[in-house]
Amino acid sequence: MPDRQGGTVPMNGLDQLYQQVILDHARERHGHGLRGSETAAGTAESHQYNPLCGDEVTLRVAVGTTAAAGQPIGGEATGESVVSDVSWTGDGCSISQASTSVLHDLVVGRTVAEAGDLVAEFRAMIRARGSVEPDEDVLGDAVAFVGVGRHANRVKCAMLGWTAFEDALARAGGASGPDGGTDDGATEEAGR
Amino acid sequence: MAATTASTLPSGAVVADGGDGLDAEELTRLRRDFPVLSRTLGDLPLVYLDSAATSQRPFAVLDAEREFLERSNAAVHRGAHTLAEESTDAYEGARAAVAAFVGRDADELVFTRNATEGVNVVAMALTDPASPLALREGDEVVVTEMEHHANLVPWQRACARTGAVLRWAGVTDEGRLDLAGLDAVLGPRTRVLAFAHASNVLGTLNPVPALVERARAVGALTLLDACQSVPHLDVDLGALGVDLAVFSGHKMLGPNGIGCLAGRREVLAELPPVITGGSMVEKVTMEATTFREPPQRFEAGTPPVSQAVGLHAAVRYLRAVGMDRVAAHEHVLAARLLDGLSRVAGVRVLGPTTAEDRVAAVSFALDGVHPHDVGQVLDAAGIAVRVGHHCAQPVHRRFGVTASTRASAHLYTIPDEVDVFLDALDGVRAYFGRA
Repeated sequence: MPDRQGGTVPMNGLDQLYQQVILDHARERHGHGLRGSETAAGTAESHQYNPLCGDEVTLRVAVGTTAAAGQPIGGEATGESVVSDVSWTGDGCSISQASTSVLHDLVVGRTVAEAGDLVAEFRAMIRARGSVEPDEDVLGDAVAFVGVGRHANRVKCAMLGWTAFEDALARAGGASGPDGGTDDGATEEAGR
Repeated sequence: MAATTASTLPSGAVVADGGDGLDAEELTRLRRDFPVLSRTLGDLPLVYLDSAATSQRPFAVLDAEREFLERSNAAVHRGAHTLAEESTDAYEGARAAVAAFVGRDADELVFTRNATEGVNVVAMALTDPASPLALREGDEVVVTEMEHHANLVPWQRACARTGAVLRWAGVTDEGRLDLAGLDAVLGPRTRVLAFAHASNVLGTLNPVPALVERARAVGALTLLDACQSVPHLDVDLGALGVDLAVFSGHKMLGPNGIGCLAGRREVLAELPPVITGGSMVEKVTMEATTFREPPQRFEAGTPPVSQAVGLHAAVRYLRAVGMDRVAAHEHVLAARLLDGLSRVAGVRVLGPTTAEDRVAAVSFALDGVHPHDVGQVLDAAGIAVRVGHHCAQPVHRRFGVTASTRASAHLYTIPDEVDVFLDALDGVRAYFGRA
C-alpha cells in the first residue's frame, strides 16, 4: 500500500463532480422550507422519492400571471403564466440538495414555458453523460451538474428536485405535463 | 500464524479468540489469489470494503468454472454421453461439498438462483394449502426488525395471501435483537420464526440456538438468513438446529446466480413445489404430475451448473484457509473498524460498537454528510463501500436515518485497508464544509 497520511488523501477527480457551486448550494439550499398553501389557487406540490437511497423531496410551485406590457385598460388579461415561487423540503445528498437549490434560483420569475424548456435542457445535459458541453447562457449555475451525468447512480439525485418541479408545475395547471418522461430511474437502476 | 483457541459464542458461531487468524505474510500470499485486488483506480490501489454486498473471487473459483465450461459443459441429469455424466457428477459433487460445508447432507441442499429465491420458495410453499405446514388465517409469522427485505417482503406476501399475521421483534438501541420483545410476540399461533444470523446492516450476530429453542417451544418452523454468516464463520446448520436456511454464492467467494436453500430433510419433504416444469417431476400425464423428492423438487428447469462448480471451488478455498481462522481474522478487522470509527468526529455506528458477537460489516451515519456523498468521496480515494439502505429500510428507520455507509471485510481484507478507509473518512466532513 502506498503511504497515505491523514488529511492528504489523494482523490481522483472529485472536484469535477463536486464543483464549488454545488458545495455552496448544498449548504445554502435556496428555497428550502415550504411556503404558502398547497391548496391555494395556482399552487401545487409534488413528492418524489429515490428508492435507491431513500432520498425524498417535497416541492411546491406557485404559478401566477404577469400583467403584460401594453395591456389595454379594461381589456382581457393577456399576461403569461409565470413561476411566482418555488419552495421545497427534503432529505438527500449534496447533489440532490444543490440541484434543487439551483433549480429554485433559475426558475422563479421565469414564464412557465421558459421553465419547462429549462427542465428539458437540464435533463438533456444530465442524460448526455458528460458527452456534450452545456450552454451556460441557458443553464446558468446548473452547468455545474454536468459531471453528475458521468456517474450513473447519481443521475436520479440530480433529477429529483427537477422531476418534482416538473410534476408540480403540471399539477398547478401551468404546463402540459412532463415532457420527455420522468423515468430517470432507468439509468439509476444500473447502479443498484 | 498465531495460535487460536476456538470458542462457541452465544450466537452459536465458533470464533477463535486470542489470535489474529491470518498473519501478514499469509494475507499477502492469499491476496494474490484474487485478481481484482491488484486493480488500481487512477493511481490508487483499490480498497475493497464492500464484501457484504458481493465478495471477490479467487483464481481457483474463476478457473474451476472456466475449466468446467471448456471441458465438460452439458445438461445435467439426462443424456448418456460422457459430458452429461461429467456435468452431473460436477453438479452433484458441488451439492455434496456445499452441504457438508454448512453441516447438511447432500439431499438437504437445494440450489436456487440466490438466497432471495430460497426465502421465496419457502414462503410461497407455505401458502399452498396442500402442505401440512401451510399458513392459515390467524397463524402468525415472526421476523425481526433487522431483516434484509429478502427475509421480510416474502413473508408479508405470504401473510397477505393466507390471512396469517406478520409480527416482529424489535431492535435495541445497541443494535441487538430485543429478546424480551421477541418473547412477547412468540406464542402458540407462531408458525414461522424467520431471522438473520448476522444483520447485513448492524453486523449483529443473533443468538441462533436461543432463538431456535424459543421457536421449538411454540412449535414454529425456523428459517435462518445465513447470507452474512456462512461466508465469514464456521456455521453448522445441523448443530444450530434451524429447520431451514438460505445463503448466497456470491458473498462467499463464489459466482453470481447461485444460492442455497438448506433444510432438514423432514421439513423439505413437507414443502410442495413452487416453481414447476422440467427436472423436478416423476410422472407427467396430461392430467396430473407427481413430483420428485427434495432437493430436485425445488430445482425446476436447467440449473446453474457452472455456478455450482464455481461455488464448490469457493467452498474448497474457504475450507483450505479454515473458517475458524477466517472468523478470527475478521473479528480483528471488525474491532479495528469500530475502534477507528469511534475516533472519527461525527460518526454514529448503527449496531454494536464492540466486535463481540458481531461480524465485520459496520454501518454508520456521518453527521451532516449524506451517505451517497461519503461513498463518492471514498470512491475518489479508491475505496469501495456500500451506501444506501442496504435493502433494509426498516432497521434504518429504527435508527432514525434513511441510509447509511457500510464498510465490510472478508478474509482478504487487510488492516492497512481499514486504516486507509478511516484516514479518508476523516477528511469527508471537511470536504463538505461540515467540520
